[in-house]
Amino acid sequence: MSGGRWRDRCVAALGLTVIWVLLWGSFTPLTVVGGLVVAVITLIVFPLPPVTYAGRIHPLGLLRFVTRFLRDMVMASAQVASLAFRFGHVPRSAVIAVPLRCPSDLGLTLTAEALSLVPGSLIVDADRKRGVLYVHVLGVESPDDAEKFRQDVLDLESRIIQAFGSPAERRVIKEVPA
Amino acid sequence: MNGVLDVIAGACLVVGALLSLSAGVALMRFPDLLSRMHAATKPQVLGLLLVLIGCALRLREAVDITTLLLVAVFQMATAPVAAHMIGRAGYRAGLAREDLLVSDELRDADDKR
Repeated sequence: MSGGRWRDRCVAALGLTVIWVLLWGSFTPLTVVGGLVVAVITLIVFPLPPVTYAGRIHPLGLLRFVTRFLRDMVMASAQVASLAFRFGHVPRSAVIAVPLRCPSDLGLTLTAEALSLVPGSLIVDADRKRGVLYVHVLGVESPDDAEKFRQDVLDLESRIIQAFGSPAERRVIKEVPA
Repeated sequence: MNGVLDVIAGACLVVGALLSLSAGVALMRFPDLLSRMHAATKPQVLGLLLVLIGCALRLREAVDITTLLLVAVFQMATAPVAAHMIGRAGYRAGLAREDLLVSDELRDADDKR
């Protein structure tokens, strides 16, 4: 077993322990040790599939991603809310295929999660082999809107790669125009 | 100081509740399953986060805040998965109203396969 696999397991065990301690709501030796035991048993009984993660977290990219994500979420929530109260108007939508430039499992998942949390976009299907996300977008009135949204998704992907990606992925993002 | 925090907490709670209300209205009004999924998963996420922030500002106890934090994390991790599963099943079952779609590139891709 490689070192990376062990690192992944340690991170998973640590994460589960933190959740356990948070659930108990008190930071005592008993909750920490108990959490570790439960985490290790859980990971032995339900082993996680290996995640290939060659990147590291870039603080500046992460900050940019999070602030932009929160902004998007607030604006889009307001948009969908206003759409809800526009009586007599039936919102139209579109299903758009977005081929990602860095379709690693983690990149695909993170992009899909972030897209799904922002109102107005919903993942209908994901083609893991070819790295294509099929996104249902609310409030699209014309093909131009759809094209604009595709660009937004690619921008989101590049922000995610800038925050979490490996050096190779970051190079691809810089070289391939969105 | 506590007065200011209370006012912010109150504002968060009211805005969060309004967003949840809008999600409910949208759920009733939107025309098809996929549009409704937007309403069911989205404004409600921000609405819930605002309500949680409001609660945290009022409670101010470490124990309560850690629990609220967990609620937020799990909500944000699970809502997209649920939305994706229902959306995908609905689309595959033919419940997406095609007359409302400006374009459908998933159908085009399916046709090619």
